[in-house]
Amino acid sequence: MFDDFFIRALVAGIGVAFVTGPLGCFVIWRRLSYFGDTLAHSALLGVTLAFTMEFNIALSVFLISSLIALSLIQLQKRTNLPGDALLGLLAHSSLAVGLVVIGFLTFIRFDIMGLLFGDILAVTVDDLLIIWIGGALILLILKLIWKPLFASTVNYELAEAEGLNPDRAKAIFTILMAAIIAISIKMVGLLLITGMLIIPAAMARNISTSPQKMVIYSIIGGLLSVILGLFSSLEFNTSSGPSIISAALLLFILSLFRIKQSIKLKN
Amino acid sequence: MSINQNILVKLKNAGFRINNKSLVKGVSLQVEKGKIVTLIGPNGSGKSTTAKIALGIYKKIDGEVEKYTNKIGYVPQKISIDWTLPLRVNDFMVLTENLNKETIDEALSLTGVIHLKDKNLGDLSGGEFQRVLLARAISKKPELLVLDEPVQGVDFTGEIALYELIKKISDELNCGILLISHDLHTVMSATDHVVCLNGHVCCSGSPLDVAKNNEYKALFGEQASQILSRYEHRHDHIHTDEGEIKKN
Repeated sequence: MFDDFFIRALVAGIGVAFVTGPLGCFVIWRRLSYFGDTLAHSALLGVTLAFTMEFNIALSVFLISSLIALSLIQLQKRTNLPGDALLGLLAHSSLAVGLVVIGFLTFIRFDIMGLLFGDILAVTVDDLLIIWIGGALILLILKLIWKPLFASTVNYELAEAEGLNPDRAKAIFTILMAAIIAISIKMVGLLLITGMLIIPAAMARNISTSPQKMVIYSIIGGLLSVILGLFSSLEFNTSSGPSIISAALLLFILSLFRIKQSIKLKN
Repeated sequence: MSINQNILVKLKNAGFRINNKSLVKGVSLQVEKGKIVTLIGPNGSGKSTTAKIALGIYKKIDGEVEKYTNKIGYVPQKISIDWTLPLRVNDFMVLTENLNKETIDEALSLTGVIHLKDKNLGDLSGGEFQRVLLARAISKKPELLVLDEPVQGVDFTGEIALYELIKKISDELNCGILLISHDLHTVMSATDHVVCLNGHVCCSGSPLDVAKNNEYKALFGEQASQILSRYEHRHDHIHTDEGEIKKN
């Protein structure tokens, strides 16, 4: 069954959507879009290092992204620069260093477009295992830290005062972000991963009245985007990442009509 | 020296600084089970800071804090909630602890906002939101309640009812309360111990003692002193010169 590249891509994409759904909600709630972007940009460096040292790509990306996340926290403590400047600094310098390293790797054939925008032909059975096992682990850990993470997202001081240890939850969440980027890079590509995180969640925000509903709609939105996107990618021979994100955008636009309706109902 | 089993939180000469500017210093106080300790003082005198020190929100503090409970309910003075979150009153109630429906309904009924249960938190008025905050804090049946101006924005009759409720909760749950309030009238009748702050502890003791204190008079004026002294206070303890409390 997994012989067909398209089935593999579909199974991989579905696995990714289950994880990006809930994580994406937190990215929106905690205003972490640019943080996600920064981690994704640094992923290029992770990929090139994986090629140079013949190392597992997902693991290498995970390590580099975690390292970037930790440097961000250190830089925030030690400099007076605003958060967005630090994010830009880390995002672009790690992307630049990654591209420079690629320039040196003339001995390896390298599909940079596939890396930036996702390539469904590249998904192997091993990747499926990484996505589903890694994804299950991410979801399990997210469930365990849900209470403190959500409470501190609503109000940090309440969570801290009532003994929930929000700092630990935040640190763990940062690692989870690095992990989802690592496992979804082949599907969506590193330039568009943040889109996969935030667009279905943004769509869900438009149509939900409670946090739980938003998570569920976000997962459903992600699944629909993957299925729609991959089929159109096959049909029109386009890159998988842009096709999935375009499908997500379409769903987001549809969700806007729902808002209009509910505003009308209120009046 | 025997350890008092009733102590919930104890500050020993505690203070907090930001960029070497002291917000409050030298605060010693303790909150015991079933007792209400009230912090009073002008704006910027360090009341909320003291509460945050007691709660452990500020970590790099001067002096010491000893906390003997983890069952804490907190009503902060200011709360900014990001409305990118779709959050109903019901979701907010279970924010830090899972509660069953009966417990949630009971707490919301006590503060008079049960009818708002399914409303979006962002759609509430200031007073309604304040009542929800108080309901959330008491619903988890805490051992220690820290209430930072819990009735701000609540209408006049509601204010009195909520203070009565706070007193009742303190008796029923036998929980200790650290209360911050501007309203000398309503609070003093229920308070066991008053700490008057102005960057440091000006004076502390029973409401009656504090009212007689010259520093308090200088800070709040003669009129405030009269308000305070109108309330008779049952004395079950005396204050030594060091500011320690001794049971009779």
